[in-house]
Amino acid sequence: MSDQNNDVSNTRAGAVDERTIYELSIPGRRGCEMPPCDVPETEFPQALLRDESGLPEVSELDVVRHFVRLSQRNFGVDTGFYPLGSCTMKYNPKICEASARLEGFTGTHPLQPEHTVQGNLELMFKLQQWLQEIGGFAAVSLQPTAGAQGELTALLMMRAYFRDRGETGRTQVLIPDSAHGTNPASTTMAGFEALEIPSDEHGNVDLAALRAACDDSVAGLMLTNPNTLGLFEAQLEEVIACVHGCGGLVYGDGANMNALTGIACPGALGVDLMHFNLHKTFGTPHGGGGPGSGPLGASAALADYLPGPVVQRVAGDEGDGTSYALFSPARSIGRMSTYFGSFGVFVRAYAYILHHGAEGLRANAEHAVLNANYLRSRLRDVLPLPFERTCMHEFVLEGRIEGSDVRALDISKRLLDFGIHPPITYFPLIVPEALMIEPTETESKQTLDNFVEVMEVIAREAGNNPELLHAAPHNTVVGRLDEVRAARQLKLSESS
Amino acid sequence: MRYVPHTESERLQMLDVIGVSDLEQLFADVPEHSRFPELALAEPLSELELARHMRTLAEHNQHTGDKLCFLGAGAYQHFVPATVDEVLRRGEFYTAYTPYQAEASQGMLQAMFEYQTMICRLTGMDVATASHYDGSTALAEAVRMALHAGGRSRNRVIVSPAVNPRYREVVHSYLQGTVAELVGEQTSIRATADNLHNLSALVDDQTAALVIQSPNFLGQFENVAGLADAVHAAGALLIVVADPVALGRFQSPGAYGADVVVADGQPLGIPLSFGGPYLGVFAARRKHVHHLPGRLVGETVDADGRRGYVLTLAAREQHVRRARATSNICTNAGLMALAAATYMATLGATGLREVAQLCYHKSHYAAQQIAGIPGLRINPQAPDKAFFKEFAVSLPQPVATVNRILADEFGVLGGYDLAQLNPEFEGHMLLAVTEMHSKSDIDRLVQGLRVATA
Repeated sequence: MSDQNNDVSNTRAGAVDERTIYELSIPGRRGCEMPPCDVPETEFPQALLRDESGLPEVSELDVVRHFVRLSQRNFGVDTGFYPLGSCTMKYNPKICEASARLEGFTGTHPLQPEHTVQGNLELMFKLQQWLQEIGGFAAVSLQPTAGAQGELTALLMMRAYFRDRGETGRTQVLIPDSAHGTNPASTTMAGFEALEIPSDEHGNVDLAALRAACDDSVAGLMLTNPNTLGLFEAQLEEVIACVHGCGGLVYGDGANMNALTGIACPGALGVDLMHFNLHKTFGTPHGGGGPGSGPLGASAALADYLPGPVVQRVAGDEGDGTSYALFSPARSIGRMSTYFGSFGVFVRAYAYILHHGAEGLRANAEHAVLNANYLRSRLRDVLPLPFERTCMHEFVLEGRIEGSDVRALDISKRLLDFGIHPPITYFPLIVPEALMIEPTETESKQTLDNFVEVMEVIAREAGNNPELLHAAPHNTVVGRLDEVRAARQLKLSESS
Repeated sequence: MRYVPHTESERLQMLDVIGVSDLEQLFADVPEHSRFPELALAEPLSELELARHMRTLAEHNQHTGDKLCFLGAGAYQHFVPATVDEVLRRGEFYTAYTPYQAEASQGMLQAMFEYQTMICRLTGMDVATASHYDGSTALAEAVRMALHAGGRSRNRVIVSPAVNPRYREVVHSYLQGTVAELVGEQTSIRATADNLHNLSALVDDQTAALVIQSPNFLGQFENVAGLADAVHAAGALLIVVADPVALGRFQSPGAYGADVVVADGQPLGIPLSFGGPYLGVFAARRKHVHHLPGRLVGETVDADGRRGYVLTLAAREQHVRRARATSNICTNAGLMALAAATYMATLGATGLREVAQLCYHKSHYAAQQIAGIPGLRINPQAPDKAFFKEFAVSLPQPVATVNRILADEFGVLGGYDLAQLNPEFEGHMLLAVTEMHSKSDIDRLVQGLRVATA
């Protein structure tokens, strides 16, 4: 072990190797017993039975200790600073979690008659309305289950829209080179061809390249704004006009909406379709990978194509207290999830918006941008800053140090030793050695100052002890893992 | 309420470091005419007021806490042991991102590795992904994978009409941008429910896959003898939609030759929660591993030989392969997979077997009692086929009328009205009975049905 003077890591708690649940398994051990059968038993169809289901056999205490220990080998926002760019790893009020666990919500079946779930439908209706208002859209469908699914949904809507207009020659979707990988992947899934548009020297969409690409083969542009460099598209109105001018549509990737809530409405700026990441901006933590929710906003021209069902208010009371009902938009592209999407996430987002109100949401965006610019201003002296501009909620540094062979990955891994989650590393692809930093609004000046100090320490180490960084992390439960071996000697489950 | 921790003096210090005098100056790039819109949202509530409001809203619903619920049709009320929520409430898990930084994410990665193992064993498959959004999108991705495996010449997918109709709708949505053709929808669900082999006769050299569900949407086990052989002989894949609870006692799709198994993992410890978030289960044969959609966790070692886990085969995924990725999926349902892993570990082999057996016995008891009511028939579409926990009942009255009486007079949320999905089933309700229903609960349902149909 190397220099541990600055060890503030919380990950040490789970330092001892944790055996797998199968290694803990002892034949005959029980974790939970079902009550005896209180009805006469029926003979089983013998040919259809199996004897072994292959699940482990452990006690309840085994389960609790195992998963608590595993949790101690994991790092979340509740553990420490998590400036993971593009992911909006902010603190979310616990009342959102508590609300989603109310039995009146969790105990409702998705196929109950509408008059028995008026609370759920009211919640969904208001959330639709609030997201419409925040985004500046004519309508919102809550169906998409994640951001990427929101993208796919929007592209399928574009497809249907142009089919109805007889413009089937629109086969291309323009995507800036700074975009998330989900954009081109969704484009292919929707049957379009992705065409990359370069960025200019200020980190904006290269307008000349965009103009050259815009013709009647273009279905639309997928635009992340602020983009993945954390920069607001400086010529946004020209970009949108250019795409609309050739008859195309503009899709907004709402991944970075945490910078814009209460600051600007994308719909009012001309964006035709946009997904919201409720699991980034609106009160839902990421769950270690999900679940998410990616509601989709649409302009008036596209609203009829939204996936259904959505919720509407019904004019007259039908005598049974029904005020809200489900309906499917007239030209809907169809269903994108089995029921209504991630209802439990809707509850969190509803509670979050209602807790903050318009002023609180705007303050969140303002302070997300304040924190990012504060860090940008302080860290530009530590690492190269490729774009000298006021940023929005995040910014990108180059993880390289003059005269040292230390790389961005080394810096990221070393941060783990200080109990700080690394930034997004090597993304966006257009910045060499990219470190993408998004502090979020919920972090204090003290946390940010500590981060700057740690980065200064690491920069010094890069100069006088680069080996320390190459071999980092040192204080985590495992060191750098052999990813090549993982892919070559594939072991994706425990052998029986 | 503001969650920003900044004091006024800190804010000023920070603005000073940045070199601006107020927050608004940070937004100069935003077109001025659209800057700082007045948003018409509800007035903010304090935590105390909000807690009260949320409780009131939740109680505007009828729910399983105050009603007996016999709805199924893809979402099921099952017992959730207390360990599950205990684990889900660990902030280290639920406030983490996708585990890209393996050294700081060993907990979630190991849990996903264990989840993958449990799903493989339960389904009889070789590999399982670390989750999809829900059962329907897992199926859509399975169909896409089969179309890819089939190459250019195989553009048809046959979907049994006895597959959950909502799943079929989602598959249809996902395929809109492709030339693929969904077949089998026009076949009568009654005919299919009676004999699946009519469908397998449709599998030809242009077919990429046959999709079946067993137990099917009406709750009955399909006759799968020889099915996989027939499908494979034509060069296609067999995709099976399964019920993970049934797999605790009934044969796995792997045992009868399936190539891909998908399911909604909701019955494995995830609340009904009005339809989501749920869990897309996806498992397949090893030969498909390089074409799987979604995240995979693999075991490896660090430089000191310590065992550890990482996300692997990322070259399939959108963040690496972009337009040529196997899928666009990024965020999945990680926390729901953790719930399922905790559930399966707690129940264990014996516990899940007991749950499956109780579902079987109790649903059959309910069916036998209901069959004794004049004018009511059980599974008229295929009376001799075995079922697991769900069955159809034909009624002499409209389902909505019967359900009204059940709710108002017996406190029972009755079965799903099958006519909503298929006019063939006018007057049929689909009832789900699980380990959650005691004998007296079932007797109350039966009494309600007797009164409502008298």
